[in-house]
Amino acid sequence: MTAEPGGPEDRLRRFATIWSRAVYPVASTSSTRPEFERELLPLARRLREVLRARGFDAPEARAVGAALVDAHCTDPDTLARTLDCVDAYLVLYCAEEGDPEHLRARSARLQHAVAAGFAAALRERTLAEQEAIAQAALKAQGVVAEALHASEARFRAVFEGAAIGIGIADLEGNILQVNGALTRMFGLSDTGLRARRVRDWTHPDDAPQTWRLHDELVRGEREHYHVEKAFYRPDGTVLWTNLTVSLLRDADGSPQYQLALMEDTTERRLLNLRLRYEATHDALTGLPNRSFFFERLEKALAAGPGHRFGLCYLDLDGFKTVNDSLGHAAGDRLLVEVADRLQACATAPGEMVARLGGDEFVALTAGPDTGPGVDALATRIMNALLAPISVDGRELTVRGSIGVVEGPAGERSPAEVLRSADITMYRAKSAGGNRYELADPEADARVITRHGLTTALPAALERGEFFIEYQPLVHLGDGGVRGAEALVRWLHPQHGVLGPDRFIPLAEHTGLIVPLGRWVLEQSVRQARTWRERYGTGGAPAPLRINVNLSPCQLTHPGLVRDTVEILERAGVEPDALCLEVTESALIGADDDLLKPLRRLAEMGVDIALDDFGTGYSNLANLRRLPVSILKLDRSFTQSMQRFPADPVDLKIVEGIVALAHSLDLTVTVEGVETGAQAEQLRVLGCDTAQGWYYARPGPPERLHDLALVDATA
Amino acid sequence: MERPAWAPRSIDITVPSVSRIYDFYLGGSHNFEVDREAARKAMEFLPGLPGIMRANRAFLRRAVRYAAEEEGIAQFLDIGSGIPTFGNVHEVAQRSRPGARVVYVDHDPVAVAHSQAVLAGNEDADVVAADLRKPAEILSSAPVERLLDLNRPVALLLVAVLHFVEDADDPYAAVAGLRDALAPGSLLVLTHASFDGAPSLAARGDGAAGVYRDIRNPLIMRSREDVARFFEGYDMVEPGVVAMGRWRPEAAEDDDPYAFSGLAGVGRTA
Repeated sequence: MTAEPGGPEDRLRRFATIWSRAVYPVASTSSTRPEFERELLPLARRLREVLRARGFDAPEARAVGAALVDAHCTDPDTLARTLDCVDAYLVLYCAEEGDPEHLRARSARLQHAVAAGFAAALRERTLAEQEAIAQAALKAQGVVAEALHASEARFRAVFEGAAIGIGIADLEGNILQVNGALTRMFGLSDTGLRARRVRDWTHPDDAPQTWRLHDELVRGEREHYHVEKAFYRPDGTVLWTNLTVSLLRDADGSPQYQLALMEDTTERRLLNLRLRYEATHDALTGLPNRSFFFERLEKALAAGPGHRFGLCYLDLDGFKTVNDSLGHAAGDRLLVEVADRLQACATAPGEMVARLGGDEFVALTAGPDTGPGVDALATRIMNALLAPISVDGRELTVRGSIGVVEGPAGERSPAEVLRSADITMYRAKSAGGNRYELADPEADARVITRHGLTTALPAALERGEFFIEYQPLVHLGDGGVRGAEALVRWLHPQHGVLGPDRFIPLAEHTGLIVPLGRWVLEQSVRQARTWRERYGTGGAPAPLRINVNLSPCQLTHPGLVRDTVEILERAGVEPDALCLEVTESALIGADDDLLKPLRRLAEMGVDIALDDFGTGYSNLANLRRLPVSILKLDRSFTQSMQRFPADPVDLKIVEGIVALAHSLDLTVTVEGVETGAQAEQLRVLGCDTAQGWYYARPGPPERLHDLALVDATA
Repeated sequence: MERPAWAPRSIDITVPSVSRIYDFYLGGSHNFEVDREAARKAMEFLPGLPGIMRANRAFLRRAVRYAAEEEGIAQFLDIGSGIPTFGNVHEVAQRSRPGARVVYVDHDPVAVAHSQAVLAGNEDADVVAADLRKPAEILSSAPVERLLDLNRPVALLLVAVLHFVEDADDPYAAVAGLRDALAPGSLLVLTHASFDGAPSLAARGDGAAGVYRDIRNPLIMRSREDVARFFEGYDMVEPGVVAMGRWRPEAAEDDDPYAFSGLAGVGRTA
């Protein structure tokens, strides 16, 4: 719409501009002032119409007032400024003609109506907005309450359904709320629990810090703490828990409640204790077991300077017999009784008894002065075993052997101590049992070396650490070499050359004697062939023969005859080139079964010599039965002849034996000849052959070779 | 015990509310006596508060129109929307671009309930009760998922809200979290209380801030530098961070001095 300057439209606009400038500063609008002016322009036009109309249109004037409110002119100032503006300018800009008095009166009425319309609209709007915000608040409260209710319902479900016990108490310790799990754990009703106060729940097993932590928490100095805690249930049983207590603060951060969460660990704890007990105790006797004992021994040995330990290692004598004859059940009952008696022996502080297994028990004592204590302990144990034990109505006499070790802590490892005790116990046992022995380092060392040699034997044979030396056998009549005795040696990497007395008993014990003996036989027979090839057909008075020792173990070995024959055949050596030496003691009480292999060999032409004759039982009558052709007199006879003059009684005995042997068609060899006088004496007494240092020490086969050559050329 | 996220605090209408105070300053009657009392108290220190609020409202209107008309944005996320009496984002935006979609966010349950009533029947606008400090909850809310396509530009409105977030709650992280969810070409529309540019108001402004502090909604004044930091990752739209009244004014004669307290700015994501 174009407005002619100074025309009615232009004047109306100028009024709207004045009006908008007056009201805009107090109007609540996000419009710009020109935009606001454009909003007011239609209202100004309507006011002009009301001013000019023939009759006064009050509703229209009211409507303009209401429209102001719709344009967000809600501040009362907007009305005041509007009325000021209308009063001053409406007639001036919008009344083109008419009675000024009448126009002024119309303007006044118009203002009253605008004000009334504004007030009514503002009241409506205010009420509507108040209603709206109240509704909104109400609705929001409903939403919040619902959410809160849902959340509380969830919490309640968590609280009630939790497997852990939950309790809430105030800071004075009054228990306010508990859940079902907690009442079940305590075996108390809800009210029963709430009747107690936190401080009532003390228990003798409470850790020292438990109540200090609690006090710190209720004073607000600590947010939470975690302890293992025991509680008494009303029935007197104990409830063990993992307890976590947290401090609850109010919105301002002041401490308000204490919240306890507890997990019932009673069963787990019992299980742990039982597992620990089972892991450390012997199921049969209930005594501490091997691992528990080692734990304690380690502790005793690790104690500082000034501490000592004492150990009794007990092995029952002949327990195997009880087990074999009465059965394992009886054996077990015997062990239980022994365990009870031992337990009663070691009741002082620092003493313990354990079962290592089988019929082996130990008693340990530790302290500053265990020397007399451990002796007394061993004596008590021996005495405890004195009274017979009644098993299945039988009175069984129980004896034991004890190895006692005593010493300062910090020197030996548990394993070393136990080995020493074990060795000592065996010493007691081999001394006849039913006694206790004190550990002796030298005896230990011997056993340990022996043990070392025993375990090294098989590898030594494989590695070829054995070799053979030969000691000539000389005919006393003509002084010629008739043969040699094969003597096995062990070139030990650490101990040097070891004689047969050091390792043959060990080899006997482990059974290694069989392969070792076979090896010696092979080597010796091969050596015999070498000799025979050299001078078997030469001018020697008799073919050279090899003497090989046969241990009792080999004697009973079923392969003896077969192996011997095989070795001889493989070497291509006649049986008469071999003499097997058997000790007299090995043949004592020998029955026909034992003698049969020897007989077979003798029939084939192998000579059998009875070695060390005169040291054992020397059952002369028995000699007839044995398939032997040679007696070897023990060196003890020759030793007695070294004195000069020789004991005539000894001479008579040797003379007698020689006569007896010859009457049985046996030749006699003497060992240990060291002097020419001896040799002459023995020759006079009728001995046939001799060996000893007088002729030659045992040596390599070449030495014999030389001797034989000398002999042959002599 | 920490109250879980799903359980809002109970509503206590005897405690003044920031959004109802705002409504009062804008001449509305969506408020209770406690709100008016607090508002009047603040006005004892800063009588021009209603003018500041109007200037804020005017800036919002200009910025929304700018976004819709100049930048062609048809999606709006207004966080801290309160209980606006007039010039609401959806009114302004939908007038410029019919079909423009608007999601309002407020953590005041009363404001949310009121907005729900106002928006009833408006298919393209909705409100969600959520907290600016938890951007992920806003972004994953049902109204946002239903109305906003985050693969296309969105105008994010943080108008007169960040000055209610204390540094301890890390408003910068929240703003960055929202930014990271926005498609390129999105806008950040922001106003913030500040004494920068209006030092004469500082002393009196402190008194007004005290009122907000008393109602547990402390008003945090930030410098222009600190306000500009909210635009990290955005390119500033001219004229940058300026006094509210100076941001693209439409009429030269707006000279209400209060229009120059408080900072405003618009940024665009690259």
